[in-house]
Amino acid sequence: MVSYITRRILYSIPVLVASSFISFVFVSLAGDPLANLRANPRTNSPQILNHLKHVYHLDQSVFVRYWYWVESVFTQKLGVSLLTSQPIWPDITRALGHTLQIVLLAQVIALFLGVAVGIFSAIRQYSVFDYTFTTVSFLGYAMPTFWLALILQIIFVDIYLKWHVRIFYTSGLNSGVISSTWSLDRLQHIALPVITLTVVSFALYSRYMRASMLDVINSDYVRTARAKGLPERLVIFRHVFRNALIPIVTVSALQFGALLGGAIVTETIFTLDGMGYYFLNRLQASDVYAVMAYLMIVAISVITFNLIADVLYGFLDPRIRYD
Amino acid sequence: MSGGEPLLSIRDLAVEFRTEDGVVHAVDGISYDVLPGETLGIVGESGSGKSVSTMALLGLIPQPPGRIVSGTAMFKGIDLLKMGRKELRRFRGDEVAMVFQDPMTSLNPVLKVGYQLGEAIKTHYPKESDDTVAKRVIGLLRLVGVPNPDVRANQYPHEFSGGMRQRAMIAMSIANSPSLLIADEPTTALDVTIQAQVLEVLKTVQEETQAATILITHDLGIVAEMCERVIVMYAGRIVEAGDVHTIFRAPRHPYTIGLMDSLPKLTEDEEWLRPIPGSPPSLINRPPGCAFHPRCFLTQGRPRCREEVPELREAEGTGHRAACHFSDELVGHQSKFSEPAAV
Amino acid sequence: MTEPTTSIDVAPPAALVDGIPAGIQLDSIAAQGLELKARSQWSYARRRFLRHKLAMIGLFGLVVIFGAGAAANYVAPYTFDQIDLTNVLHAPSSVGHHFFGTDEIGRDYLSRVIYGIRTSEQVGLVVAVVSSIFGLIFGAIAGYYRGWVDNLMMRVTDLVLTLPVLVTLLTVAALLGGGSQWTITFILVGFFWTPIARVVRGVFLSLREKEYVEAARAVGAGDFRIMFRHMLPNTLGPVIVNGTLAVADAIITEAFLSFLGEGIKPPTPSLGSLVAGGQQYPQKWWLSVLPGLVLVLIVICVNFVGDGLRDALDPQQRRVRA
Repeated sequence: MVSYITRRILYSIPVLVASSFISFVFVSLAGDPLANLRANPRTNSPQILNHLKHVYHLDQSVFVRYWYWVESVFTQKLGVSLLTSQPIWPDITRALGHTLQIVLLAQVIALFLGVAVGIFSAIRQYSVFDYTFTTVSFLGYAMPTFWLALILQIIFVDIYLKWHVRIFYTSGLNSGVISSTWSLDRLQHIALPVITLTVVSFALYSRYMRASMLDVINSDYVRTARAKGLPERLVIFRHVFRNALIPIVTVSALQFGALLGGAIVTETIFTLDGMGYYFLNRLQASDVYAVMAYLMIVAISVITFNLIADVLYGFLDPRIRYD
Repeated sequence: MSGGEPLLSIRDLAVEFRTEDGVVHAVDGISYDVLPGETLGIVGESGSGKSVSTMALLGLIPQPPGRIVSGTAMFKGIDLLKMGRKELRRFRGDEVAMVFQDPMTSLNPVLKVGYQLGEAIKTHYPKESDDTVAKRVIGLLRLVGVPNPDVRANQYPHEFSGGMRQRAMIAMSIANSPSLLIADEPTTALDVTIQAQVLEVLKTVQEETQAATILITHDLGIVAEMCERVIVMYAGRIVEAGDVHTIFRAPRHPYTIGLMDSLPKLTEDEEWLRPIPGSPPSLINRPPGCAFHPRCFLTQGRPRCREEVPELREAEGTGHRAACHFSDELVGHQSKFSEPAAV
Repeated sequence: MTEPTTSIDVAPPAALVDGIPAGIQLDSIAAQGLELKARSQWSYARRRFLRHKLAMIGLFGLVVIFGAGAAANYVAPYTFDQIDLTNVLHAPSSVGHHFFGTDEIGRDYLSRVIYGIRTSEQVGLVVAVVSSIFGLIFGAIAGYYRGWVDNLMMRVTDLVLTLPVLVTLLTVAALLGGGSQWTITFILVGFFWTPIARVVRGVFLSLREKEYVEAARAVGAGDFRIMFRHMLPNTLGPVIVNGTLAVADAIITEAFLSFLGEGIKPPTPSLGSLVAGGQQYPQKWWLSVLPGLVLVLIVICVNFVGDGLRDALDPQQRRVRA
């Protein structure tokens, strides 16, 4: 197992390098970091522009610039933002922390509910419960997140305007003062984004769980368990559940990895200082180093969680043994 | 070994399934007995109803879409078909046990083999200590011929070969010394050489437990080797029933004759194989009258075969029963397998 | 003993030769009025699909919605850019046929939504079809030849997976100029082929070892023939299902990109940019809600159809063993 993990990590390094290079080229080509300065009559003098060009190595080829970036990653902890001239690391880790809180909450709730609903749906297949929840999760799955987020926002703005009561906040992470991570104020602010993210994930998990349960319930070894005289309760929990859970575990690990990039749209709509919001802002300003920092964090997160998913899978299913 | 009060007495069992294409009459009113300690074979093609009839006994038919339309199954004085699910569970794995066809998928892949065997015991005897159960599990594995049973019990099913898995399944089924063992095509999914081994295991197990066995198969060779009495099923009905020797020597139903004739005899030259013409009937639209008549060489187009369902009755001079209007015309017919000398 | 003429003729037991007809004719079976219906795999699938209620509802919905989009020029009461500054920001009503209301410069919203549907369906369908074809070919080659070809192709797939959609989009847009519908379509194809390639490769890998492939090779069939005649038909099921669901995926992705302002740029209407535009006027709910609702309906219908196709093409036979 250890050698497998090591191999996977080593394997992913060239992929990371290639991906970072291509991304760097794309980002550099996609926009001009000096665009804002050019547009502003106070800063668009040739001297300023040329000086900045030199400092940011914009007058050199993409390869050289890439190399400078790689250098700054290791020497300056991901470098300095072109936009703010501030080090990137503290900003991005702060954004990461916020995203982490929201994603963690949403995933835990979605997993819990999704698994429970999936199990019950499968056990009571074709019942009213099953049909209702299948429809609900279907709708949840089909709904684009930005639409759901907008609707929630509209509803709660409406409630505030009509009844002057704030149940959940519709934008920002806190009301003015930087609140601590688990304060009521913060929770009220992140409630709507968490709900938005939960709905989609819940739909996914409950569908998967139901399908997986149905698959297992009809298998031969479950028939054997029944033929042995096991009470149905034990058949479900000891035989069906363990097997049915395996795909969910891996899917949720993968989801988590992907979501750490931040739900760009949700964060934008609710104006949250998270990874997605950070990314979009920096991208639109062509802040190359910041964007690259974001991309690298996301890539590493995806690769790591892919690996975690595979390891978990091997752990849960004795038939899979990596040698 | 056998004789006396029947252990299991099935009367007029009928099972149907609702499907999107119509109602499938899987079992259409069959009756048979199983005597204590005997081995009864049930022979038939796929679709003949042989598995369904026994799964109905244990309540293993999913009730939608399946439905037990009628019938009784008296086991030690109790009607299994009328029992509630909880009570039926007490019998499953304890008094009546079942071995299934496909050993590759019949064991839970994430649980150790020893655990699954132990589970069979603990379900019915929860008071037994873990130690006792473990010892019994190892003993069972040894009985069925699994080498190094103490090591093997701690392994997972995928570490067992097909033949070993089937042995483990058999061990699991006799864990609580059932009075009735139902083996549903236990060797069909295995290689021929492994088949022979598994049949040996079955014999050993029978000797050890003195259990009555219902052996379901489509293979006449297995029937000849293992069974004392045999039932031949076709399209959900019994077409011939009796003891093995007389049926093999003097079959009295065209289907049985067809089955036997389709087997090549190794001791003679044959130019052509002789399959039964046509194909198995649809169980949704069963042919009227005798279900076999479209493929039967005996019918000669006689209307009675088309109009009247033949009764299972005593065939003259044999001591076994056949369901054919004209089975008397088969008197004097010697099957391929008859012994050369007069019996 | 009679010579067997067809496989139906069979020799009866020796003792019964006299007086018994030498063979059984198929006619007699037919004469009994028994049906022998041979059904091909595709007609089974078609039957199952047509019987799937939700799929039929979805199909109907799609026909209505996509049909409206395709016939936008005839169906929409106005053109999508007809400005009427006297009728600004009206709520939906039947006055002047503004069933969806009007936007901030008086354009009829229903028409804009219908044209938006047209854009979405064009993007969705083209992306789905082209990426399916490309993914199919790619996955087939990777799965069939294995070895270093497969390895290389899979690394390429992995690479594509790590690239972020947004960044790539912006770059190509900057290079090719503008956020035109076709630029976006092109980029989406570039991302959407990967899951199909993976699925097809998986199927090919498993089929490669099957006996009928070996048999075909033994008879001397060339690689292409084996791939096309024998292996490809087995992938059509998952590819069709995947492709169908990709339509919804592509539409949503395009809407999402347009919502962020980086997708299809005006004047071409896109459901995503319509929703984005509505954000500025949260009290005028119809501006955001209605195009979004249409999106939801499209996705639901496509998913229904996809589910129906999956059920029809992926036979999970309940085993009723006799």
